[in-house]
Amino acid sequence: MFLSRAFFAVIRRDLVLALRRRSEIANPLLFFILVITLFPLGIGAQPHLLQAIAPGIIWVSALLAAMLSLDSLFRSDFDDGSLEQMLLSPHPTTVLVLAKIIAHWLVTGLPLLIVAPLLAVFLGMPNHSLGTLLLTLLLGTPVLSLIGAVGVALTVGLRRGGMILSLLVLPLYVPVLIFAGNAVQMAGSGLPVDAQINILIAILLMALVLAPLPVAAALKMSIS
Amino acid sequence: MFLIPDPVVRFFHRMASPPHFYAFSQRLMPWLVVIFLLLTAAGLYGGLYLAPADYQQGDSYRIIYIHVPSAWMSLFIYVVMAVAGAIGLVWRIKLAEIVAISSAPIGASFTFIALVTGSLWGKPMWGTWWVWDARLTSELILLFLYLGVIGLYGAIDDKRTASRAVAILALVGVVNIPIIHYSVEWWNTLHQGPTVTKMDKPSIHVSMLVPLLLMAASFKFYYLIAMLQQARIELLLRERNAQWVKNMISESK
Repeated sequence: MFLSRAFFAVIRRDLVLALRRRSEIANPLLFFILVITLFPLGIGAQPHLLQAIAPGIIWVSALLAAMLSLDSLFRSDFDDGSLEQMLLSPHPTTVLVLAKIIAHWLVTGLPLLIVAPLLAVFLGMPNHSLGTLLLTLLLGTPVLSLIGAVGVALTVGLRRGGMILSLLVLPLYVPVLIFAGNAVQMAGSGLPVDAQINILIAILLMALVLAPLPVAAALKMSIS
Repeated sequence: MFLIPDPVVRFFHRMASPPHFYAFSQRLMPWLVVIFLLLTAAGLYGGLYLAPADYQQGDSYRIIYIHVPSAWMSLFIYVVMAVAGAIGLVWRIKLAEIVAISSAPIGASFTFIALVTGSLWGKPMWGTWWVWDARLTSELILLFLYLGVIGLYGAIDDKRTASRAVAILALVGVVNIPIIHYSVEWWNTLHQGPTVTKMDKPSIHVSMLVPLLLMAASFKFYYLIAMLQQARIELLLRERNAQWVKNMISESK
């Protein structure tokens, strides 16, 4: 009972903080939209080509946007010392860390879902693959936050951690990108995508269970 | 611990002490080099001279004597790194940390060699330097994982902390490598199937297989030599203020 109260208190606190600093929500979202706008400009306004590569573009942009937003996960708490207090608290660090990751996903991952239909229209994606796109984003972006949290926890104590973070995190994002991108592609051709969705669910559950452990260990290391 | 015989335990306890490790690895080195040279000579002679040319690929298949052992080593070293890192993380053994981080550059080099030799072989065989084939791609991602480990270690100034960070990252990587491997495999494959590790009977002829296994063993010894040398330097750097290092240097003067 007490533990779940602490869990929700952390989520609530992080959400309130995020709402006070709205630029943290807006930045990754704008980045997501901007990157996708750049693709037609770079490739040329060829509807067929854009339609063919739309799932890949949207997912790669989502990956980059998620990575860009990671820094805010522990940064301010690390700077003002509240992260240290959190690690000192009697509750298991893994649970508190999970709460922080969930709150972070709610403010940075979830908004991507809301603008994704608009961007799908930009790129001329067929309507019937829109549902699959949203489903893969719903299942995939939490995994990005969970895996990314390991990378940030390892680099939060570093002054120039930003550069190294992409090297740590992006290779681990590959499975999500493959299955999610492929599912959207297949859905566009009207094929069943149950297998990909099931694997994405499996990856999500595994990340949900396993990721908080290295995050907690890495945070303890970064604080010391 | 009661399952492990006493001399083994004592051996590991002694190896955990830096001065003993330093002296022991120095005595071991000539033996390792001799075994490595013998194995390499035998493997290259068998592979380049004795083994017949492939009926389909001609002589260009002979690159497997470098390519395949390197690819095996690239995975093997990552696992060694993760295991050593875990030992360092749990029991705080300084030498395990040093072994873990000393393995990273060597593993990255083997991964790079596997990629380059594969690309050289692919040009005449597949007609292109690079294809987005499953195993090539997962090897490339493995290279990125190695570079991440090396980069993270370099970015953290305090080397004890850096070792713990690297150990955590290597463990996360080791859980992810099978997932990455199978997802990439599922995504696209063109690579020829495994010819040695098939359960029933290897589909490679004995005269080609024996040199390949010799080369694989020789690469293991090469890794051991390179890793120990790297570890010795790393050890001296970290222990430069310790008494035994000072004693050793003043003695050798």
